[in-house]
Amino acid sequence: MVSKAQIKHVAELARLSFSDEELDHFTEQFDNIIDMVEQLNSVDTTDVPVMTQVTDLVNVLRDDVAQKPTPRAELMENVPESADGLIKVPAIMEKED
Amino acid sequence: MNYFNQSLASLHEALATGAFTSEQLMQQSLDNIEATDKDIKAFLRMNEHALEQARAIDAKGISDDQVLAGIPIAIKDNILTKGLRTTAASKILDNFVPIFDATVIEKLQQAGMIVIGKTNLDEFAMGSSTETSAYQMTHNAWNHDKVPGGSSGGSAAAVASGQVIAALGSDTGGSIRQPSAFNGVVGFKPTYGRVSRWGLITFSSSLDEIGIITRNVTDNAKLLNVLAGLDEKDPTTVANETDFTQNLNGDVRGMKIALPREFMGEGVDPQVRDAIIAAADTFRELGATVEEVGLPYSKYAVPTYYIVASSEASSNLQRYDGIRYGFRAPDAKTLEDVYVKSRSEGFGAEVKRRVMLGTFALSAGYYDAYFKKAAQVRALITKDFMDVFKDYDLIMAPTTPTPAFNIGEKIDDPVTMYMNDMLTISANLAGVPAASIPAGFNDEGLPIGMQLIGKHFDENTVYRAGYAFEQATDFHNQVPTVGGEA
Repeated sequence: MVSKAQIKHVAELARLSFSDEELDHFTEQFDNIIDMVEQLNSVDTTDVPVMTQVTDLVNVLRDDVAQKPTPRAELMENVPESADGLIKVPAIMEKED
Repeated sequence: MNYFNQSLASLHEALATGAFTSEQLMQQSLDNIEATDKDIKAFLRMNEHALEQARAIDAKGISDDQVLAGIPIAIKDNILTKGLRTTAASKILDNFVPIFDATVIEKLQQAGMIVIGKTNLDEFAMGSSTETSAYQMTHNAWNHDKVPGGSSGGSAAAVASGQVIAALGSDTGGSIRQPSAFNGVVGFKPTYGRVSRWGLITFSSSLDEIGIITRNVTDNAKLLNVLAGLDEKDPTTVANETDFTQNLNGDVRGMKIALPREFMGEGVDPQVRDAIIAAADTFRELGATVEEVGLPYSKYAVPTYYIVASSEASSNLQRYDGIRYGFRAPDAKTLEDVYVKSRSEGFGAEVKRRVMLGTFALSAGYYDAYFKKAAQVRALITKDFMDVFKDYDLIMAPTTPTPAFNIGEKIDDPVTMYMNDMLTISANLAGVPAASIPAGFNDEGLPIGMQLIGKHFDENTVYRAGYAFEQATDFHNQVPTVGGEA
């Protein structure tokens, strides 16, 4: 069983927010998904290596030669808010009264 | 015009001999899509410069060896197209205009192909029905009440309904093969590392692959010839000197084909099973052997996949933070607010579910029990495949447990929806090449797909068997009724 409090904690880690109603619905669905994935507990994986890639390639290197960078103006084309050629964001520090 | 009675070869011949120009072909294709897409809704948007690009090809002329030049192709909307909005069917990328082309787009353009438009998908390719798209519902080409499958549902429906001769898709857990099976077309996911993923909007980096949807095997192989190869922008790619059309000769004598009993068991519709049994008989008549084998760990493919794919997705999708591109919530007051509100308002329900599952599986105290466990079971599933391939050239199976289901039928039950991918996921976990080939119809007239799975980097055996099957059967020549015409 996954609790609503656990789901809330995971949501904070994932930078997502849910309404109370959404959270209830979600907890129920999440519980079913967790039940499904817990089938894996019945598999004996003693001494089985962790597999994170399929082609067994290691350390593909390139020559250490400077590359032409993407022009700054192009990188800024999709920025939601900008000012003076810089990305604009809301205040990072909270204001002290 | 529609593409039902065309192939890349017939189009090339017409273009090279001047029977029609690339501009005329493009104009007629756009007209046909405008007329038919009211019912299919495969396309999210068209390339406004397509006609002008076709004129440029006409101006240069098409020589006999430019076998793909001047031919339109559709692109799944999670593959970046410079200057042409690319959304991954997500509100969070609603306003995103790529500043570069994916490597596959560059390669198609070098061959003279023209992007006609961008096709619908499940949001960030997460889904099996194209219903999680933030924009529209795509319909199955054969029955508009049915889903087109997913996540490359738009690409498969566009090819199946004769709107284009070919389309690119992506396949993380079956997203090319499953919609190809549902729409009665040829869909192929090559070996992991065969085609560059540079410019594919990432979902699960160790599973994602770009692949090809066509009406027949020959066209599919011709396109892989263009797309395959080393790309320094994707260090998992390998150099290629193979001609993928070289084995299209109809000869499968002596080929050893394995049929895993786990792929024919519980949950597989009897009509699907019968079609695969009949296909096995066809291969035997052609001189191949087909024997039953076991892939015992494949029954754990779905849970393994949902942990691995969701964990990678939760990490990959951290980049959508409302800062550098994509949607930014307009009322965010603090930086933390920008992150949380932009993501919560920008992502749809299925994407959130997977980001949450992945975050959970990677979080402190759960990593060993979930992510590590799944990565170990992945090794066991892969070993099963390698063991079978010691004795066999190819694996055959159904692509999907059932034909296309009704729109709305499974969307509120994630686990039932996930089970739909139980037969396609293993090939992604193992990284092996796998195709779906038309193999029959059920009593409702819905297509049934046969999956052919090959050894790492042995796409040629998959194509060889698929082509021989195609020559011996007539399923791929059947066409749906679209806009009152077949």
